[in-house]
Amino acid sequence: MSEQPVTAIGGLASPRGFGWIGHLIPWVIALVFYYVAGGYLSLGTGALIMILFAMSLDIALGYAGIVTLGQAAFFGFGAYTAGIFAIHVNNDPILGLLVATALTAVFGLMTGAVILHTQGVTLLMLTLAIVTLLYEAANRAIWLTGGDDGLQGITIAPLFGMFRFDLFGRTAYLYSLGVLFIWFLIAWRVVHSPFGRSLDGIRQKPARMRAIGTPVWKRLVAAYTLSAAIAGSAGALSAQTTKFVGLDTLGIFLSGIVAVMLVLGGVRRIYGAFLGAVVYVVVQDFAAKVNPFYWMFFIGGLLMATVLFLEAGLISLVDSTSNFLKRLFARRKAP
Amino acid sequence: MNAPEPVLSVRGLSKAFGALQAAHDVDLDLPAGARHALIGPNGAGKTTLVNLLTGMLKADAGTIRLGGETIGKLKPEDRVRRGIARTHQINTLLIEETARDNVAIAIAERERIAWRTLRYTKDWRRCLEEADARLREIGILDVAGRRVSELAYGQQRLLEIAIALALKPRVLLLDEPAAGVPAHEAHIIHEVLERLPADIAILIIEHDMDVVFRFARHIIVMVQGKVLVRGEPAEIAANPQVRAVYLGRSAV
Repeated sequence: MSEQPVTAIGGLASPRGFGWIGHLIPWVIALVFYYVAGGYLSLGTGALIMILFAMSLDIALGYAGIVTLGQAAFFGFGAYTAGIFAIHVNNDPILGLLVATALTAVFGLMTGAVILHTQGVTLLMLTLAIVTLLYEAANRAIWLTGGDDGLQGITIAPLFGMFRFDLFGRTAYLYSLGVLFIWFLIAWRVVHSPFGRSLDGIRQKPARMRAIGTPVWKRLVAAYTLSAAIAGSAGALSAQTTKFVGLDTLGIFLSGIVAVMLVLGGVRRIYGAFLGAVVYVVVQDFAAKVNPFYWMFFIGGLLMATVLFLEAGLISLVDSTSNFLKRLFARRKAP
Repeated sequence: MNAPEPVLSVRGLSKAFGALQAAHDVDLDLPAGARHALIGPNGAGKTTLVNLLTGMLKADAGTIRLGGETIGKLKPEDRVRRGIARTHQINTLLIEETARDNVAIAIAERERIAWRTLRYTKDWRRCLEEADARLREIGILDVAGRRVSELAYGQQRLLEIAIALALKPRVLLLDEPAAGVPAHEAHIIHEVLERLPADIAILIIEHDMDVVFRFARHIIVMVQGKVLVRGEPAEIAANPQVRAVYLGRSAV
């Protein structure tokens, strides 16, 4: 075998062979959807928010290997913070988003610092405990959260003081898309960074990383904090675009759903979160129309089929398609 | 030997697992450039000693000084950052990663750029280039781009040494670097050992007496957690006590 060139990573050219064209496709689809969606636009906004949420889980679970079922704690924390901030302090969307993101990050830092001394099942139980405690706290603090009825009466000022959050959800969609894009750029850069590579190492063999001088706990807490910040942003977007926060944003069920989305799409690919969340939302919408009582049956079947036949998630279908196209073009070019 | 202040200096190091005294009042000095070997029968406490030095185990008593600084209370990663590197008896490589990335990740830690999240392109490229240089030094550049899981066992052992060297340690602890390597490949490991940088203080644990007597200029014999005897290879080979407890069975 000849000497291989040093691989460029961290740029937009993915090590898995997406060119920049591959990067363009999902965003073009998202923009085209904006023009053709009609009444489905708010469903699209919901999908964008779930993509962001699934991406946050990919950082913690996928890259850092932090086994968690408490991701909804961050989503709900961000949602309630954004909602309460809009009602009681200031209803500027960007400011609310920043505050919710920052406070959720602090919450992630504090809980992560405690629970990340443990691992495996113990860690899993602690993440469950945190999300359950938060749920019960929100349920009890009716004066602040509205309790079981949810947080109502949220109004959001126009975006940049110009674009009102209209009835059709146009502003909400583009706003969510913009936030997702910014987080995507950050996440993509981070997972391919030396920091991201050290997370890869920690996930595979913490002992090896200690042997090369890695402060494992600190790295995990940092990754968990970033993951919390992204999930908090997703929650904040949900509160701002639906003008409502329900207790279910803090539910264990939501934690499970986002894990299903991630596994469905494919872990550790960033775009896996995109695919998984969109497929989940679409299938859910479709299946609920076919049968409003047994829609989860479809999701369950899809998940089982994916796990059984596509180990790396639905995104491996994209890989094989792109490889097929590449070979096709290569053959055309050859004489 | 009349060396100045040793790089690594250990006094009265002890560790017990319940009733088993795995290390008992061990003293050890490694001067710069040392080529020491630690030998002894199975269960003598050799690997325990290495684990105590690297901080994987906490000592019950004793002091460990590295370049004059007491490091006995530090966490493993902080000891590594101060200059103690080791190789492992069992494989601990990142098997999903390429050989190059395994080394580059270590270099990124050494250079303190492993916290970089957004601005890193140039620095990471430098890590990859240095990784290639280190793989070339050790003779496995041709497999740099392959995943560790695809490497031959001997290549994995060499990679393990390359990673330890990439940390630019002052003290290098080699825990059976040739264990499990098929006989016809063992000479490659031996050649690499002989070419290790002269200024690094090295302590090697090895069962193969051939390697020990070729590599070491000072030998420490441990039995049941205690240092039985220490000295130059010729003295050790001639020592009747050593022959009785250890060499007797496998003397060359």
